[in-house]
Amino acid sequence: MTPEILIRLSLAVLLLPFFGFLMLIFFGRRFSRQGDWLATSALFICLALSLVVMFYKLTAFTEPISFNFQWIDFGNVPFFGPLQVYLGLTIDNLSTIMMVVVCVVSAFVHLFSIGYMHGDVRYSRYFAYLGLFTFSMLVIVLTNNFFTMYVGWELVGLCSYLLIGHWYEKKSASDAAVKAFIVNRIGDIGMFTGIMILYFTFRTFGFSEIFNAIQAGNLPYGSEAWLTAAGVLIFCGAIGKSAQFPLHVWLPDAMEGPTPVSALIHAATMVAAGVYLIARTFPMMTADALVSIAYIGAITAFISATIAIAQNDIKKVLAYSTISQLGYMVMGLGVGAYTAGFFHLVTHAMFKAGLFLGSGSVIHAMHHALHYQGDHHTDPQDIRNMGGLKGKLKITFATFLMYTLAISGVPFTSGFLSKDEILAGTLAFGGLTGHYLIPIVGFLVAGLTAFYMFRLVILTFMGEHKDSHRLEHVHESPTVMTIPLIVFAILSFFAFYSFNPFGASSGWFYHVMERPTSVVPLSVAAANIETFEEALHHAHLPAMALSLIVAGFGILIAFATYKWKKINADALADRFKGVYNFLLNKWYFDEIYGAIVVGGTHVFTRMLRWFDNTIIDGIVNGTASWTKAVVFGYTEHRKETRISALAFMLVGLFVSLLVAVWAGQWFWSTQMSVGSMFGAIIMAILFGGLTFFFFWSGAGGFDKYVVDGLVNGVAYFSGFFGILFRKLQTGRVQTYIVFVVLGVMVFFFVFR
Amino acid sequence: MEFFGLGILTWITFLPIVGMVIVLLLPKENKDAIRWTSAIFTGLQVVLAIIIYMNFNRGMAGINTQEGFQFIEKATWIDIKSVAWFGRVQIEYFMGIDGLSVLMVILTALISFIAVFASWEIDKAVKGYFALLLLLDTGMMGVFVALDFFLFYVFWEVMLLPMYFLIGIWGGPRREYAAIKFFLYTLLGSVLILLAILALYFSVSVNDPVTGEKIHTFNMLAMMNPANFEPGSILAGMNTSWRYIAFIALFIGFAIKVPIFPFHTWLPDAHVEAPTAISVILAGILLKMGTYGLLRISYPMFPDATVFYQIPMAILGFINIVYGALVAMAQEDFKKLIAYSSISHMGIVVLGMAAFNTQGMTGAILQMFNHGTITAMLFLIVGVIYDRAHTRGLSEFGGLMNQMPKYAAVMSIAFFAALGLPGLSGFISEAFAFLGAFQSFRWITIASTVGIVLTAGYMLWTLQRVFLGTLPERWKTLPDINGRELFTLVPLAVIVIVLGIYPSPAIDLLTSAVNTLVDVVGQSGGMAMGGQ
Repeated sequence: MTPEILIRLSLAVLLLPFFGFLMLIFFGRRFSRQGDWLATSALFICLALSLVVMFYKLTAFTEPISFNFQWIDFGNVPFFGPLQVYLGLTIDNLSTIMMVVVCVVSAFVHLFSIGYMHGDVRYSRYFAYLGLFTFSMLVIVLTNNFFTMYVGWELVGLCSYLLIGHWYEKKSASDAAVKAFIVNRIGDIGMFTGIMILYFTFRTFGFSEIFNAIQAGNLPYGSEAWLTAAGVLIFCGAIGKSAQFPLHVWLPDAMEGPTPVSALIHAATMVAAGVYLIARTFPMMTADALVSIAYIGAITAFISATIAIAQNDIKKVLAYSTISQLGYMVMGLGVGAYTAGFFHLVTHAMFKAGLFLGSGSVIHAMHHALHYQGDHHTDPQDIRNMGGLKGKLKITFATFLMYTLAISGVPFTSGFLSKDEILAGTLAFGGLTGHYLIPIVGFLVAGLTAFYMFRLVILTFMGEHKDSHRLEHVHESPTVMTIPLIVFAILSFFAFYSFNPFGASSGWFYHVMERPTSVVPLSVAAANIETFEEALHHAHLPAMALSLIVAGFGILIAFATYKWKKINADALADRFKGVYNFLLNKWYFDEIYGAIVVGGTHVFTRMLRWFDNTIIDGIVNGTASWTKAVVFGYTEHRKETRISALAFMLVGLFVSLLVAVWAGQWFWSTQMSVGSMFGAIIMAILFGGLTFFFFWSGAGGFDKYVVDGLVNGVAYFSGFFGILFRKLQTGRVQTYIVFVVLGVMVFFFVFR
Repeated sequence: MEFFGLGILTWITFLPIVGMVIVLLLPKENKDAIRWTSAIFTGLQVVLAIIIYMNFNRGMAGINTQEGFQFIEKATWIDIKSVAWFGRVQIEYFMGIDGLSVLMVILTALISFIAVFASWEIDKAVKGYFALLLLLDTGMMGVFVALDFFLFYVFWEVMLLPMYFLIGIWGGPRREYAAIKFFLYTLLGSVLILLAILALYFSVSVNDPVTGEKIHTFNMLAMMNPANFEPGSILAGMNTSWRYIAFIALFIGFAIKVPIFPFHTWLPDAHVEAPTAISVILAGILLKMGTYGLLRISYPMFPDATVFYQIPMAILGFINIVYGALVAMAQEDFKKLIAYSSISHMGIVVLGMAAFNTQGMTGAILQMFNHGTITAMLFLIVGVIYDRAHTRGLSEFGGLMNQMPKYAAVMSIAFFAALGLPGLSGFISEAFAFLGAFQSFRWITIASTVGIVLTAGYMLWTLQRVFLGTLPERWKTLPDINGRELFTLVPLAVIVIVLGIYPSPAIDLLTSAVNTLVDVVGQSGGMAMGGQ
């Protein structure tokens, strides 16, 4: 196994889904089963190949493998030298693991979709877009430079747009799609600005080149503040894509898309791209940038966890849970727990994809039961209409419970391992820097997560179903849908990541994903690895104990409230109505943004439209009418008046006078000769002619005899021109031309 | 490169005139013959453009040396030995192309060809229409190949009148107003350009190689050499008031064409009233003449003034980007919205041009080409829907995605290209224009990136209003796009996608010329840009 083969295999993994996209978008409907087998098998091949790549990379190669090609050649740039743009891909531990994660989730989501999307109006197009998405996501994963990172960044945004709007007949779906794209673009501006700063400074987009240059002491504008700014601006891209506060508002709406899409794009992979971006650019983040990142993550985790408590739509709960967990990862990276943050990305991808697919299975079953009953009013996604489904949906329930245990951080699950490491990291960070708010929020959110997830499980699967008649028609989903559920449930066990259920750091993952060394100047760098590891070591046991306590407490309250009914949730909601409404309405973010940003832009654009039509165009039209009125003396209907003729003559005199003055100046400054005498005579004739011409034109003579005569003559000779000039022989244009010619003559003398 | 004794640039410029003569000789009842004649002659033009592309030497720089130009044709056109006051008047028939113009020549050939097919359904005075279209074609092509300022100006004016009639006769309800507005505005610009030409003419003199006497010249390349300015003449020296005034006159003349705020209001009116094909030409080619003129003429002839006015130009670019996008957002008329989006996108060209570095200018020139193809698509798309529905009110549509799936696919490509989606050509040019601009003025560029979001906003909103949602009852019979319309759109879409993935075929044409231009502006402008 040589590096070349690994590169080829990675390229195959990258391009296969794109090939599938091309086939399906053009010939989708001609394939049997609309080509779902093509897309799905392509993805499973990708999965196999990516596993091979990962295995060999992790075992046989320690150094990253890179592949570059020249994309644009700017030639020999003045004041700089030869300048080229290279693009390429990198195969290191980070990218291979992420590649496998993307392929696993995508492959099984493809499989699940065969069942879930069965009979959909745009079945083949749906699979085509999934392929395009997988390709774009792999671009982000495999790239070795900011430029293609941005390209992939936008392309996944496009796929997200297309898939959220898959059922575009629904207004809410198309609104959500547009919202997702635009909110993401706001983050992308920041990212693009960051890229501009880096490109300006280093004249390259490559990650390693940039890091090397920073390490060599080359900073943007020579200042550490600009390096921090660049880091924070790059992070803005992650704020948009990973739905961090304050740009998190698009993700809940994105649940309008088909549920497998939510699992793939809006839970496991695309929204995690922001976290991946931070991991990629981690070496260039200064301490200040990392602290900002940590706080944004913590705020996001907290806000969305509180909102998730009060939601009743099964997918909305999961959406806010996703935002919250993404906040966790971002926070983890921000505090310097690099490995833990990325580890949580991987484990979360598995169990959150599972949760969404599980909810898809529930919705699928509910939908069919309601459809069978002819009930089109009951919302199949509202957990208040569910309950008692565990007897009917055995596999779904069992797997869903597994995921819930994992996300709540119960021991022996993957989620326990990763979450525990993040919490230990925050605790260590708090101890090192004094930012204790971050670990406090971290533990609080851990408890909230356990609470709302068990609330979801209890309300959905346990208790009694409201409508026993409906329950009879609820059936477990077909095998293509349950297999992915089982796979993700298995992948949520600890053993895949570490053989020690209480210590992730002894597993293979921690071994291969070491935190990269920072390249920023020491004065602005975060705590170095040794110091951090030391603090982490001390924080580990307290963090584990605390996290177990808060998770257990959260689960207990959930059971007490919704299972044993010891606590009356409705009474509580009634008692704290303000708080409850505040949470139910998602902290009113949508309302505030709607009023200020959207409404403000709306008003502003209308103001500008008025300004354009009335002021600017008004000046243009006003100048025209004024000129016509003063110079020509006729209005729209071209009625000539004596005043006009007078005005005309005055203008003519004035112009002639000016010419005479200028010409005189010129005369006195040159010596007299035969040539200039001759010239003077010509000029005198010209003056006379000019003045007469203006009088004559003013009286309308020019228009009447010359222009119209010419026009009529031409029109007479050619039927074709006749058409033109009959339309336009009002004479206006011709008069303007005359004026132009005269004006030019005047200036001719000036410059001479 | 010659065919039948005439150079390829003469052929590509005057073929449409030949076509026009034939069209005029054909009986006006024979409409199909007229259409096909036009198609054949513009098609031949495309073939010539491809030949030029194949034979274009990527290493030759152009800009200010005759040796750097390719396909040169030079002959004395008007030579009057002794005129009182003027001395000897010599005007040359001087054509040639370099990296700045080659993309524009290709674009002109392509868009004209497509415009002929987009005009197929014109039924009113077909003969006159196609004759004027072909005349317009010659004017546009001539502007991009002329290297003699007088010749340039002649072509510039030749293009003006057919455009006026095409809007004024075959346009919409307010066509006369729009046509006269377009005409007057452009004429005002032409006058200013003419003044600058005259000032330059009387300031520059070269030695006649035959007689050795010093004569004034309209040769653009001579005007770019500071050594040719006569001492004491009006534009002699560097950084004088007269040079600034001349630069401003030229700038306004070209800015009207671009159009740059606040000279832009003729554009929405002209677009809304013009027939589809004319809108395509207007947005696809005519607007580029403004920015082309700035790069070809203002920059190398007045490098001092160019550098002096760098920041104002950048600010105007910013205003165009953001203002155009904001006003576009408030439009209800589909075509007007696209017209304002043109203003916004041309702002990116201005911003990139003002950067004076290779990335920014490459981005700007590429954006000129890409905007030409993308906006041509957008106007064709508006034309398709207008032909069928006879309305352009955005709020009247909805749900057409299922009714017209092929149309929706093409339109999505065009819209996403216009909003700068990576993988489509618009992104590359926007990105490099911004990257280059950032190196010269960071805050203006950062402010301009707001345009990226605004563009996404109005483009997606429009897409949603036309295609998504439910189909109104009255549009249930709209037919999907037909073969002829697809024929006009698909080649453009292919170019947009190919250049979006691999822009080097276009960028390689530019680099030598752009680097030289940056050098000229940087050296003569007295400042070194782009270095660290």
